[in-house]
Amino acid sequence: MLAVCVIVHLATIVYAVRGGLTAAEIFARTRGSVAWLAFYSVFVLTVAVHAPIGLRPVMTEWLGWRGRTRDTFLFAFAALLAWMGMRAILVLFV
Amino acid sequence: MKVSVWRGGADGSLQSFEVPRYASQTVLDVVTHIQRKLDPTLAYRYACRVGMCGSCAMTVNGVPRWTCRAHVDKVVQKNELTIRPLRNLPIIRDLVADMRTFFDKWERAGGHFEGTTTKAEDFARIAPDSAERKAIDAGTECIGCGVCYAACDVVSWNPDYLGPAALNRAWTLAVDSRDANPLQRLRAVAGDAGCHACHTHMSCTERCPKHISPTASIAGLKRAVAKAAMEGKL
Repeated sequence: MLAVCVIVHLATIVYAVRGGLTAAEIFARTRGSVAWLAFYSVFVLTVAVHAPIGLRPVMTEWLGWRGRTRDTFLFAFAALLAWMGMRAILVLFV
Repeated sequence: MKVSVWRGGADGSLQSFEVPRYASQTVLDVVTHIQRKLDPTLAYRYACRVGMCGSCAMTVNGVPRWTCRAHVDKVVQKNELTIRPLRNLPIIRDLVADMRTFFDKWERAGGHFEGTTTKAEDFARIAPDSAERKAIDAGTECIGCGVCYAACDVVSWNPDYLGPAALNRAWTLAVDSRDANPLQRLRAVAGDAGCHACHTHMSCTERCPKHISPTASIAGLKRAVAKAAMEGKL
């Protein structure tokens, strides 16, 4: 799912950036778009799930962090990513 | 040539010896020369000395090898050798590693066969060229020498990790159609210490003296565990 999101995101950016791009042009396209809001919400949430899962073994192997404190930290990190991501896209798409 | 050999336990140190170089000399010849001619207190293991039993595995210039199959000419660096016991295992003394955790993990991964039939029933019929048998044959020659376990970086970073040999054996049993409880096998290798901890560095495959690929076996386990998890069976 994440791979699909990344590909769509990159393709969109490459297409949109052709011939230069201003912030006003971006907002003109994105504001009020329910479809893009839905797509980017899925993207943000899959990132918020995927990144902490990947970070988990890295923390175990490089910091020796195990058990419930590590997992609590990762849940908090997931919440942080989701909050940061949703904040960004709500500005852009609402 | 100068040969530095680990002496003592975990808090030991390297001791240097001057050893004559001969043609067609193996590292095991070197260690044996030291113990017989220079210092009889040196502790080390070997048995067959012909590359079949895996007992002589040690770390030679940083690489885990069977010392009876390591020609000095091929492994020497600047006419020097450094010989240590296998990595990732407690040291008993000098070049002797404690293999108990290695075999405990083998058991924890479900490393022994459990069938469903008795001797009263007929043999199972498994075609030798079936996909199942080919998968098992690729991994079944493991003699438990510990070289892959010593080569594995994930084992050194995560002490709970079952390791390449145990998981390789678990795979050869998991694909065996005669097995009594395949789901139990997958559960044994599905946790944090199981197959998903493998990062596919392939040090195990690179170093295995029997040319087994534990990486491929672990990949098989990853697929089987993911499939069972998605089917809600785990």
